[in-house]
Amino acid sequence: MNPLLFLLIIPALTMVGIVFTGDLKRVRIISAVGMSAQLLFAFLLLYWFFQLRHEGNTDPMLFVSTTTWYESFNIQLKFGIDGISMSMIILTAIVTFAGIFASWEVEYLTKEFFISLILLATGVFGFFISLDLFTLFLFYEVAVIPMYLLIGIWGTGPKEYSAMKLTLMLMGGSALLLVGLLGIYFNSAPAGGRLTFDLTEIAKTGIPVSAQMFFFPFTFVGFGILGALFPFHTWSPDGHASAPTAVSMLHAGVLMKLGGYGCFRVAMVLMPEAAHSLAWIFIILTTISVVYGAFGAIWQKDLKYINAYSSVSHCGLVLFALLMMNETATTGAFLQMISHGLMTALFFALIGMIYGRTHTRMIHEMGGLMKVIPFLSVVYVIAGLASLGLPGLSGFVAEMTIFVGSFQNNDIFHRVATIVACSSIVITAVYILRVVGILLLGPMTNDHYLELKDARWFEKISSVTLVAAIAAIGLAPLWLSNLLREPLAAILHQLIQ
Amino acid sequence: MIWDTLYIMRHEVLLTVLIVYQLIADLSEKTNKKNIVHATIILFFLFTIVGLVPSEPANLFGSMYVSDSLRLLMKNILSSSTLIILMQSSAWLNKPEQQHKAGAFYLSIFSTLMGMFFMISAGDFLILYIGLELATLPLTMLAAFDKELRRSAEAGAKLLMSSAVSSAVLLFGLSMTYGIYGTLHFLEIAVMQDTSALSILAIIFFLSGLGFKLSLVPFHLWTADVYEGAPLPITTYFSVVSKGAALFTLMLVLYGVFGQHSKIWSMALYFLSIATMVVGNLFALRQKNMKRFLAFSSITQAGFMLLGFMNIETLGMSTIVYFMLIYGLSNLAVFGVLSIVFNATGKESMDDFNGFYATNPRLSLIMLVSLFSLAGIPPVAGFFGKFFLFTAAASAGMYILVLIAVLNATVSLYYYLLVVKAMFINKNETPIPTLTSTVYEKIAMGLCLTGIIVIGFVSSVFDYIQSVM
Repeated sequence: MNPLLFLLIIPALTMVGIVFTGDLKRVRIISAVGMSAQLLFAFLLLYWFFQLRHEGNTDPMLFVSTTTWYESFNIQLKFGIDGISMSMIILTAIVTFAGIFASWEVEYLTKEFFISLILLATGVFGFFISLDLFTLFLFYEVAVIPMYLLIGIWGTGPKEYSAMKLTLMLMGGSALLLVGLLGIYFNSAPAGGRLTFDLTEIAKTGIPVSAQMFFFPFTFVGFGILGALFPFHTWSPDGHASAPTAVSMLHAGVLMKLGGYGCFRVAMVLMPEAAHSLAWIFIILTTISVVYGAFGAIWQKDLKYINAYSSVSHCGLVLFALLMMNETATTGAFLQMISHGLMTALFFALIGMIYGRTHTRMIHEMGGLMKVIPFLSVVYVIAGLASLGLPGLSGFVAEMTIFVGSFQNNDIFHRVATIVACSSIVITAVYILRVVGILLLGPMTNDHYLELKDARWFEKISSVTLVAAIAAIGLAPLWLSNLLREPLAAILHQLIQ
Repeated sequence: MIWDTLYIMRHEVLLTVLIVYQLIADLSEKTNKKNIVHATIILFFLFTIVGLVPSEPANLFGSMYVSDSLRLLMKNILSSSTLIILMQSSAWLNKPEQQHKAGAFYLSIFSTLMGMFFMISAGDFLILYIGLELATLPLTMLAAFDKELRRSAEAGAKLLMSSAVSSAVLLFGLSMTYGIYGTLHFLEIAVMQDTSALSILAIIFFLSGLGFKLSLVPFHLWTADVYEGAPLPITTYFSVVSKGAALFTLMLVLYGVFGQHSKIWSMALYFLSIATMVVGNLFALRQKNMKRFLAFSSITQAGFMLLGFMNIETLGMSTIVYFMLIYGLSNLAVFGVLSIVFNATGKESMDDFNGFYATNPRLSLIMLVSLFSLAGIPPVAGFFGKFFLFTAAASAGMYILVLIAVLNATVSLYYYLLVVKAMFINKNETPIPTLTSTVYEKIAMGLCLTGIIVIGFVSSVFDYIQSVM
């Protein structure tokens, strides 16, 4: 049996376990055990992956298994991973693990909450291991739909509005995506032969250029909506602000990465000619995303909105780097996905923890938290520094790689776009330091805050895991960038031709 | 020889036996009426099982009556759906005010079902028309079943009028067909080549006639009122069995008889599909009554079904039958929950479902799964059904139609989510109390739910449908 299937079986068993638990306290223990097992298994997989590579296995995809599912449409259950999906799986496992601990204190409908959360994670894992467009699409929707209930039931603020907006916009995206995928499918055998949904097969045979020009925008925008591509990003601030802590973490940390991953894996790799000719449109849009998101974050007063806009900016940077289509920038894009996934999850976890104590997310109503809750505050500063790209933390590695890579394109258009996008680094510093200044270091506005307690054990587990991962990437980026660079080099070699 | 004939026609023959049984049983004392419900359900269950036995393809009465695996499958889908409806309606029929009418209810249901079987098995437009009339007239009786209720009587009258008009339109189309070809026999028409304007007109009239039954826009105006006015089991029957029969008949005739005109009818259905999806969606958005809401949702779903007709080969037919099967099960499950709620409390407004999850978690989850299936959300079966329909349309290169359809699917998700929101998110001071369901209702729910969850994952269901084409 394919070991990758355990990535689906472990969460499935966890969900079954939760269903058959009467005791609500036991629900979170089962979830924690299940997701810890998932995290351990992800690292085991990483070990096996390196081992196979070390033994000289040079197949582009490892752990490949194929089972025919729907014979008449040639739909297959084809799973397999390369370095890119491997790193995404690790990211998902870490963020899910941290998310379970961050939602330790959910009391309303606990069972349902953890089931929905784990179902979401299952969809994401399934997405990253799929090599068949049909199952890829299936898991994509499985990951999106629990968001409606998660935000609608357990959210805060205008949760019903946000949940509906998010679900409909993302499903609208998947509608475009579906057209794109069907277009790819029916053009997957231009020289005759069987039509296929198989990603690796289609990449080999190639799609006629005229079809590419028609279907590339559908596919790219379809995934791009999930990646918060301007002007389809508006679900993101509302959705993230209303979502409960763990859901914001998973959504900004992992789910938005589905967008970037899909844009690259499906839209750009399968339709390279169209990607080359149409990239300029999307480069303009993503540059706007990057700068607009950063400026948007400056004006916000709500901590979650600040972080949601900063996510728009950072995810825009991911798509921006992918569209530069060279090895360095693309590696940077995936580094940024992982780095942003970790630090934004950390941010949302901390905001949830602070909100749980102060019962407000408005920065002007808080102040001087460093004195009363030093642990959480220090971690917040670390997350902030990672976000503005301090060397030694993951953000620096990612953004440095992206901008070095995108500057390699030596025409005026790409250079100008890069310079404009670069300015976001400065703006990021403004809004991060502004929050740190007011929230953590400023004068204490409310005497009531003196009684606040610092992080509890489960909160520490959640935040320390993420900080450790951020620092690990920042201090030893090579193993990760090698993991990414090796498959990317092969793919881009093909892409540039 | 006679036994062979009877065996081939076993659906119709056994249904006749059931009808006769109803006539006799209805004569008995009032105290025994409760037994009629049980006995009928058990007999109908046996009937459904016998219907599942495969038999060789055959043409009877000079090919006036056709039976093959595809038609058997269609009949089995219809009779299984009817079985589920009978089980769901048992609690309603056992109420004291309905009990004396149980015999009439079954008699009408079985007569319409008989008519639908003849529509499907027809090898000649004459049989088809007789079947259509047999299917329609008892339906109007059923719509007016709560004859003391004004809206039920109104539903009956409305249905009668629109059915009469649609039959007339269809008959006009048939008369043209006869005028052109000199025959009403399917096999003879199918081999003739005629591309005159009159033959196109004949197809258009035929399409319009069946369009009424399928409630395609612009022939949908009766749907919402009839769905709302008729008693709930009848509404279920309309939205699943009656619609299924019309869809299957349309499919068999268009593919089997008017195959050489496929360009014309697929073009006509292209526009009908867009109109049906868009109008159905726009009206569904604002409905507050669950029955009206499901009426418009079923109009939209009919629009989706038409996408399958874009592929004029067997792939298109398989996706249509497959989608109908899944749509039927999902709709049956939704109506099943509604009928349990309605029988206990008499409530049928969307607001009544506020806070439903707090008191009835199981029923809410069934509703959630079946609504997701209707909306086409994975991993439940509706996703597969819709995906394959879209694939069928895309295989003919109709990407714009697919785009319109998927955008409409997104819009439809909005109103399905409104129900989910009511059940799971909205609060209610006086929620529907915790309900208990009868054994029959539990079995019916179990069947629907199993189907919705399993059919998508088990590819052999689709493979089987494709193998009988």
